[in-house]
Amino acid sequence: MDFLVFQYPMITVQACLDGILLGVLFALIAYGMALQWGVMNIINIAQGDLVILGGYIAYFMYLYGIHPAWGVIVAPIIMYFVGIAIYKLVINKVVDRDLFISILATFGISILFMQLMNFAFGADVVLANSGYGTTMLFDNNVVLPNSKIFSAFISILFAVCLVIYMKKSKLGRAIRATAQNARAAKILGVDTEKVYAATFGINAALCGVAGALISITFTIHPYMGLPYTIRSFMIVIVAGLGNLPGVAMSGMGLGVFEEFADYILGTEFRIGSVFLLLVLILVYRRFKLSRKREYLK
Amino acid sequence: MNKNNLILYIGILIFGLAAPYIFPAFKVQLSILCILIVLAITWNIQGGEMGYNTFGNILFYGLGMYLCASVQVGMFFPLAEWTESGGEKTFVHTPAQFFQGMAAGLVVAAIVPTIVAGLIGYAILGLRGHYFAICTLGLGVAAGEISGGIEIIGAGQGFTTPPFPNVGSLEARGEFFYFLSFLVLVLTFIAVKAIYTTRFKLILNAIRDNEDKAEAMGIETMKYKIIGWMISAFFCGLAGGIMGGLVGYIDSTDVAFDGREMGVFMVLMAILGGKGTLWGPVIGATVFHIFKEGFWTFFLGWQYVALGVLIVVIVIYFPEGIMGWLREKYPEKFGEVVDEADRKAQVEIK
Repeated sequence: MDFLVFQYPMITVQACLDGILLGVLFALIAYGMALQWGVMNIINIAQGDLVILGGYIAYFMYLYGIHPAWGVIVAPIIMYFVGIAIYKLVINKVVDRDLFISILATFGISILFMQLMNFAFGADVVLANSGYGTTMLFDNNVVLPNSKIFSAFISILFAVCLVIYMKKSKLGRAIRATAQNARAAKILGVDTEKVYAATFGINAALCGVAGALISITFTIHPYMGLPYTIRSFMIVIVAGLGNLPGVAMSGMGLGVFEEFADYILGTEFRIGSVFLLLVLILVYRRFKLSRKREYLK
Repeated sequence: MNKNNLILYIGILIFGLAAPYIFPAFKVQLSILCILIVLAITWNIQGGEMGYNTFGNILFYGLGMYLCASVQVGMFFPLAEWTESGGEKTFVHTPAQFFQGMAAGLVVAAIVPTIVAGLIGYAILGLRGHYFAICTLGLGVAAGEISGGIEIIGAGQGFTTPPFPNVGSLEARGEFFYFLSFLVLVLTFIAVKAIYTTRFKLILNAIRDNEDKAEAMGIETMKYKIIGWMISAFFCGLAGGIMGGLVGYIDSTDVAFDGREMGVFMVLMAILGGKGTLWGPVIGATVFHIFKEGFWTFFLGWQYVALGVLIVVIVIYFPEGIMGWLREKYPEKFGEVVDEADRKAQVEIK
């Protein structure tokens, strides 16, 4: 077999750089998922659909002649209120129930969003052209679109801002207290209902930022949500809850893995390889944990 | 009580046998209903009795569908040329070939998924709770994406199953598939009912209630979990094989490994009817199918939006299902002893 990757070393460099820039975006989405998982103990299957919705906001700004990069500011504001609305309508009824109930409920939301977007925006693959041009590296052998660099930079900026906000602000402290012990936080005067709503809103806003960036750098389509959910779930279980450097690292690792899978197996197996990797990681984790259990015995 | 039950079963059997003649226009819908009930009953073995909420039974369903059609074609014609030509008229099954192929295909479609379930069971069933749910979700989607890239079974353009041969009567196709799916439904129901009277069901329930304690009591939980999954896989594979022939066209992500539709339907039907009961999935699937067809007819184009809303509403407001609601309302009918004075006192408190 003559894989292009092994014959031209520059493609390896290209794939690594592409993967890292893509992985930063995945890490941003995964950070939102880790936040709501840690605070509310909910796994949101609709995460990816929120991302795609954010992408469509940026795409529509592009259609109306506004530069899509402004979507990075507009999308999170709109998505924050979308998140609050979803919380008030559905999530607050399942938040203290069995985890499977919340998985199914968010699965329902995911199907709903997917179809509404399909009706509203059509089933075409679209992208918002930012017109940023490209950067050539290593004697023009490696091509990096500036939009990817821009998106990675903005993701890191948002992640850093959020971390500082969680550390310093009053709401951030309340969120962290609720994550540690919801009951104790309630006794000490934290309005946990408000904290949950804010957490879900912040998560949706993060998805909005990521979606706007994805619509600039890659393409969006109403049915592309589920892979983003699976990717962020995978990143969170590899890194663990509340381990921020881990989230960043495993996000980049996943990005690089995907780029190589794309080159080696072919583009038609890209999404399949992501889902298969999830299964393999979970199985590996299960055998590791069962060894630990035997050790404890 | 026992005699009443017998009359009920015989009544349902007679109704099932007569149904295609009473409603001749709905033969295909009735066949799909039988398949849906089979899927709901088999999902209930995991989700209801064992407490393992799987989205992955769709894997066996899709596998059975592809295997049955591949065997049916591959026994008589070159498979690669068949899929390349899109099932054109150059290859025509004679009636004998069609039925022989279908029979062999269904045997393979039942056995191979069972083996697959046994092989992956040890790795997958060791996961707990939501990790299991997400892992099986990933498994189903991965199978769809990967089978969409394999050339010999049609890749992205789909696989046309052999058309039903001309045996003289126009009604033959509908009747054949209806009775086949009804037979599978009856077999599934009898098998599951037989299982539910044995110690096996008690072990599954023990796993659901507290797996670590069940293990501490000396039950080899893993063995029983795998056997339970293999039983589900057997009947899911059969159901998939029949459905492939009934639909006449197999697409990797829209028909076979359709995690967004069929994979969620089976969960939803079992929850709507009531998890962990024998009759719950049957009732749930019937109600769901009638509702679904109504939606599909009246809200054409909006059906998936309605489906999303339906999932959210069922999950939030009816997590116990129809059987759970009946049980709360008429506990005597379910063999629970109720103290009359106690019940009256409860009403007064309210």
